[in-house]
Amino acid sequence: METILGIDYPTWWFLVIGGLFSGYAILDGFDFGAGAWHLFFKKELNRRIALNAVGPVWDGNEVWLVIGGGALFAGFPVMYATLFSSLYIPFMLFLIFIIFRAISIEFRGKEEMLWWRKLWDVCYSISSIMLAFLLGVVLGNVLQGFAIGENYQYTGSGFFEFLNPYAIMTGVTTLALFMAHGAIYLLLKTEGAMFEKLTNLLQKGMIFFMVSFAITTLYTLLYIPHLSDDFKSAPVLFAVPVLTFLSIANVPRLASKKNYKLAFFFSSLTISLLLVLVAVELYPNLLFSTVDPKYSIDVYEAASSERSLGIMLLFVAIGGPLVLGYTFFVYRTFRGKVKLDDHSY
Amino acid sequence: MDVELLARIQFAFTVAFHYIYPPLSIGIGLLMVIFESLYVKTKKEDYHILAKFWTKIFALTFGIGVVTGIVMEFEFGTNWATYSRYVGDVFGSALAAEGIFAFALESGFLGVLLFGWNRVKPWVHLVSTIGVFLGSMFSAIWIVVANSWQQTPAGYHIVGEGMKARAEITDFWAMVFNPSSVERIWHVWLGAFLAGVFLILSVHAYYILKGRYVSISKKAFKITLIIATITSLAQLVAGHASAEVVAEHQPAKLAALEGHYDENAAADMYLLGWVDQENQEVTGLAIPGGLSFLLDQDFEAPVTGLNAFPEDERPSQVNAVFQFYHLMVAIGMFLIALTLYASFLMWKKKLFTKKWLLWVFVFTALLPQIANQVGWFSAEMGRQPWVVYGLLRTNEAFSQAVTANQVLFSLILFFAVYALLFLLFVYLLNKKIKHGPYEEANDEDDDRPLTKEISEVVTG
Repeated sequence: METILGIDYPTWWFLVIGGLFSGYAILDGFDFGAGAWHLFFKKELNRRIALNAVGPVWDGNEVWLVIGGGALFAGFPVMYATLFSSLYIPFMLFLIFIIFRAISIEFRGKEEMLWWRKLWDVCYSISSIMLAFLLGVVLGNVLQGFAIGENYQYTGSGFFEFLNPYAIMTGVTTLALFMAHGAIYLLLKTEGAMFEKLTNLLQKGMIFFMVSFAITTLYTLLYIPHLSDDFKSAPVLFAVPVLTFLSIANVPRLASKKNYKLAFFFSSLTISLLLVLVAVELYPNLLFSTVDPKYSIDVYEAASSERSLGIMLLFVAIGGPLVLGYTFFVYRTFRGKVKLDDHSY
Repeated sequence: MDVELLARIQFAFTVAFHYIYPPLSIGIGLLMVIFESLYVKTKKEDYHILAKFWTKIFALTFGIGVVTGIVMEFEFGTNWATYSRYVGDVFGSALAAEGIFAFALESGFLGVLLFGWNRVKPWVHLVSTIGVFLGSMFSAIWIVVANSWQQTPAGYHIVGEGMKARAEITDFWAMVFNPSSVERIWHVWLGAFLAGVFLILSVHAYYILKGRYVSISKKAFKITLIIATITSLAQLVAGHASAEVVAEHQPAKLAALEGHYDENAAADMYLLGWVDQENQEVTGLAIPGGLSFLLDQDFEAPVTGLNAFPEDERPSQVNAVFQFYHLMVAIGMFLIALTLYASFLMWKKKLFTKKWLLWVFVFTALLPQIANQVGWFSAEMGRQPWVVYGLLRTNEAFSQAVTANQVLFSLILFFAVYALLFLLFVYLLNKKIKHGPYEEANDEDDDRPLTKEISEVVTG
């Protein structure tokens, strides 16, 4: 099997996807988080500021989803096809809400009537909340495993099997994580009374996250033993949860010092570390079968051919730095507090 | 209804809806680049205003394109899992290239394009506009490559059997430059340009007719008309090249395009007609041997007919393929005639004297859209019963794990949400057009000096 630096191609692609999903979760995470807080702001001006804090970037953030989904289809077609067809309903709901959210952002500012703006505010906030929740639900199902039978076919039944207790827990935790992350993002973008209010909201968000994260972790350790296998075989990996906890703890510390830039960095780092944790828990598997472990799908079974992966890795090596370059350029152009002008929402 | 049929309806509906927007973005993007380049070069404020105005409309089409595009990407996995496993390895590199080289370029510069007018230097902004435009062009390349591979597979081999069979890539460049991709990319690009430029012509023709923003609209109209004329003519060449590829590599589709059943007879070329599938006859207005002549420069040359293929290896909806194809061609011819005539008038400096012609332009915005839609319908329906030509059948490609109720549920949701989305699009487009190109609604200042011009338009 071909390797680069001693790591085989499917594992490299696993890392690439991890990187893309982290990027997506960090970016659309603050975006959804900001949306989840939306109704907590009561004044029209504040809602506009909150909306325009994500205004120039939400569309670009969603492109990370397109790229991540494409990378999954491309590198792990078997996993992509099985995951998406098995969790049909949550993915379809995700699509519907993502469209609703876009519609709300675009519609809201186009009429002056109060009821009009309130309607779209509610739509915007609910869809942001549901999107964060659904991402967590999908993650929970992946961690826990679902009924995969022969020939990668889902053998579960019912519309709502995806909505099991563990998935609800991971869904709520993801929402809480994004809300804390989004509050910090908004703190970087606002001033005055709104800024003061957000410091208060951030505290609530962090408590919400800590509690839901603790419960989910406990449940995972008690009821989903296959996720700790990798830690038992390679104790050095234990560094990952330790780092994650340290990174989480650092966020309230920095927030109390009002160093929100660094706090944002650490909440972003927390999101990636949590995904690293997920990756460690899964690898080398991508999907666990609850029917029979022999139907579980690992990176090698899911992966495209080495030739295909080799070409894609080359693309990533060329394109990756370019992508980071433009992303940096955009965020630099729009750095600092929100200024409303003629081009705003 | 069964899962296959529902999944096909859902795919057709969501992809047709999606395809209203990316072509508009590409076509409008081209003109944004032209207007803004003229501004950076000449420093004339009019071009700046035009670039800003069309960027606002671009933002609208781009936004809807992104959200409806995410739907398409997810739908391969949700509804067409068997297909996804089968083609993933081949599509993989094309999709990865699209994501990294096209989408990232588009989205990266989009923020600056939309919101950066007052924040960066004009040339930096122009670079961002070009970045977004190129991104959308690249995106079209990769998605057409992927689709062309389904029409004319190349550079692959089949590994595994039964449910686990899949195509694996053996030669990347042979896959990218499969027999139909280059011709089809041109065809799609030009179709996209037409969708955008005819919307621009339509809006400015409307302004001129209504006596609003007349001088700036005349400028925009003239520049856009030149592009429209070149594009319409080029599309004839690209369309013909595409048809030749179909003739060589997908004979069953070609036969369906003209409703040609006879195995080895010369084939006619219909201007319009109706295919009686039962009696295998076409009634209509035709150039006898026209298709034979186009392909072999010989009116008597035999063309493979549908009967040369077993019943289960040729498209069943021959009349639909025929009608869609002929409608597309008819629209293409009409656009050539219209733009040539208008260009002739422009050359004679009489372009804005014919009110009826401007009204024709107002409504022509719909025609390239229709042509794009029906063109794709004939290309995709003509490929049936295959999803990957000669390799994978459509009735084997859908998700085995998904139930009809699930697909029906999502289909109903999509109907509802897309109806809302379309309403939003029409509403916002109308609002932006009504608001006009100027930042402040300074209609009075703008209109007064132009009442004289409009009276000239009306009286000739």
